[in-house]
Amino acid sequence: MAKLELKNITKIFDKHVVGLKGLNLEIEDGEFFTILGPSGSGKSTVLRIIAGLEKQNEGDVLIDGMNINDFLPQQRNVSFVFQNYALYPHMNVYENIVVGLRIKGCSSEEIQNRVIEVSKLLEISELLKRKPKALSGGQRQRVALARAIAKRPQIFLLDEPLSNLDALLRERMRTELKLLFKQLKTTVIYVTHDQQEAISLSDRIALIDKGTLKQIGSYEKLYYEPNSLFVASFLGSPHINVLKVDVDQEKFILGSSVWEIHSDYLPRIRNRKKVIMGIRPEDVYVHLVSDKNRFPAKFLEVEKMGKYAVLNLKLHNEIVRAVIEKKLLEGTRKGNDLWINFEEKNLQFFDADSYLSL
Amino acid sequence: MSIEKRKKNAVWRKLKISFFYLLIIFIVFFHLAPFLWQVISSLKNAEEIYSIPVKYFPSSVSWDSYKHLITSPVFLKNFFNSIIISLATTFFCLVFATLSAYSLSRINIKFKNLLQLLLLLACLFPQIIFLVPLYEFMAKFHFINKSFALVLPYVTFSLPLAIWMMAGFFQTIPKELEEQAMIDGFSRMKILWKIILPLSWPALATCAILIFIGPFAWNEFLFALTFMTRDMSRTVPVAIALLSGASMYEVPWSRICAACVLATLPVVIFVVLFQRKIIAGLTRGALKG
Repeated sequence: MAKLELKNITKIFDKHVVGLKGLNLEIEDGEFFTILGPSGSGKSTVLRIIAGLEKQNEGDVLIDGMNINDFLPQQRNVSFVFQNYALYPHMNVYENIVVGLRIKGCSSEEIQNRVIEVSKLLEISELLKRKPKALSGGQRQRVALARAIAKRPQIFLLDEPLSNLDALLRERMRTELKLLFKQLKTTVIYVTHDQQEAISLSDRIALIDKGTLKQIGSYEKLYYEPNSLFVASFLGSPHINVLKVDVDQEKFILGSSVWEIHSDYLPRIRNRKKVIMGIRPEDVYVHLVSDKNRFPAKFLEVEKMGKYAVLNLKLHNEIVRAVIEKKLLEGTRKGNDLWINFEEKNLQFFDADSYLSL
Repeated sequence: MSIEKRKKNAVWRKLKISFFYLLIIFIVFFHLAPFLWQVISSLKNAEEIYSIPVKYFPSSVSWDSYKHLITSPVFLKNFFNSIIISLATTFFCLVFATLSAYSLSRINIKFKNLLQLLLLLACLFPQIIFLVPLYEFMAKFHFINKSFALVLPYVTFSLPLAIWMMAGFFQTIPKELEEQAMIDGFSRMKILWKIILPLSWPALATCAILIFIGPFAWNEFLFALTFMTRDMSRTVPVAIALLSGASMYEVPWSRICAACVLATLPVVIFVVLFQRKIIAGLTRGALKG
């Protein structure tokens, strides 16, 4: 258990490719912390720097206040679970688990105890004699976790551990991971590009892109109070609707549609000419009939998902997506005109140039 | 499709398959014929070898040539020399190739690509260029007629290919395995010894066989002829070339053929022993491990 700090970490690959730029993170003891980002954002690099597999060009890594910049990977007391599990193919499960413990100098009694403990915890007791080749994807995943846990590290580092599993198994392992690490109460740093994993597992999320930290906080904070358009559009499925609207004093103008602004965000946008407006698909209300403050939109396409459906609508020149209950579809069909509106409290506004939240 | 047509098709298919087999048999025969001729000739006696018209099969099998060879202390010693020198070459070559290939493929060294290219360049020079300087060197340090005089150049000349092969193989081993090993606390040498080598058997076996039967071990002639001046220190290829009959005008073909057959045996044994690994090694990369 430990508190981890990253101070002003910069990593440059091949002399000019920027991997990470002045990254600051503070991860509390016992926290399940997720680093979320698109591929190539540098999220794995963060993990590798913490593990000591990669050396940062600038900045400090601190565990419990101690600077570990110059520590080798084996001196850092961390466990790493790789995306492809990295089980030693020529050793059986038991050897895979104990080989690190032997090097660490644990007594054989201690090793036995730990093997029994982790194989119970992860239900792999029957697999101990098998080689990794003879294991299924889910079993390999468990073995990799068991090996990581048996080490009793201060910090667990997990690099997209679920992405090699099929969808069904991934969902199950996600739940198991959550229960497992709740039980262990250890600091976990989890890297993923899958927001669903991030949402369901983590206490806090750091969203990074192109090597810089975009926003940090709980999922709710990132979802409802994004600090930039990037954060707003990275989270949520289907994606947030992004509309470029003109502002005229107290009115929004989008093509021929005009609507008045009432609420308290008026002072923040009234002096601008253009803003970017974000509205989540689930916050777009669709109606079959016209009314005041409803805007006409053409019904283009529909994607069904269970009880709900995602409507693609054409509002002026932009596509707007709305999540609706499927029964609404009974009264209309593709090509028809529909009417949409939204509550002003659900709108998010971003600067048209900097894409930062207003 | 009518029954007749189907029958016709079946006949046609059988014809195709038989043609295919015939072709294979022809190719195999074409390749093995010289060796076969060698075996047959080694079993003929001196008269039959020279008989005209040619006798394809000896009227009675004569083991004289073999008997003569394996009772000859010089030939046995030469044979033994060849085995020792080839094995030593293979062994040292593998050791050095593994170490250098590992560092080339995994450790960040400056001018890595240049180094690898230079290695390849070293293979391009014809052997003859090195003959005189190497002879002077060996003579100066009194290595002439010692196994070392051959093992050193053999290892040197076999190394580039071996390093390239091993480096290529090491690159197919996932990097994460080593990183996991580093986190587990293995040192670099231990990673190589405990993680990489156990996974590299197919490559090692392939490499070993290619070195052993390659131009610079079992079959090497030029260096062996030059650096080994005494009968007892020669290797088999030279020994065979120097086999002579009772008089100046007699070429002991039967004995030469027998010696060639004997010289082929260790290679055959070596290949058979490692065959499965070699195939695994050669086809690796075609399939994802």
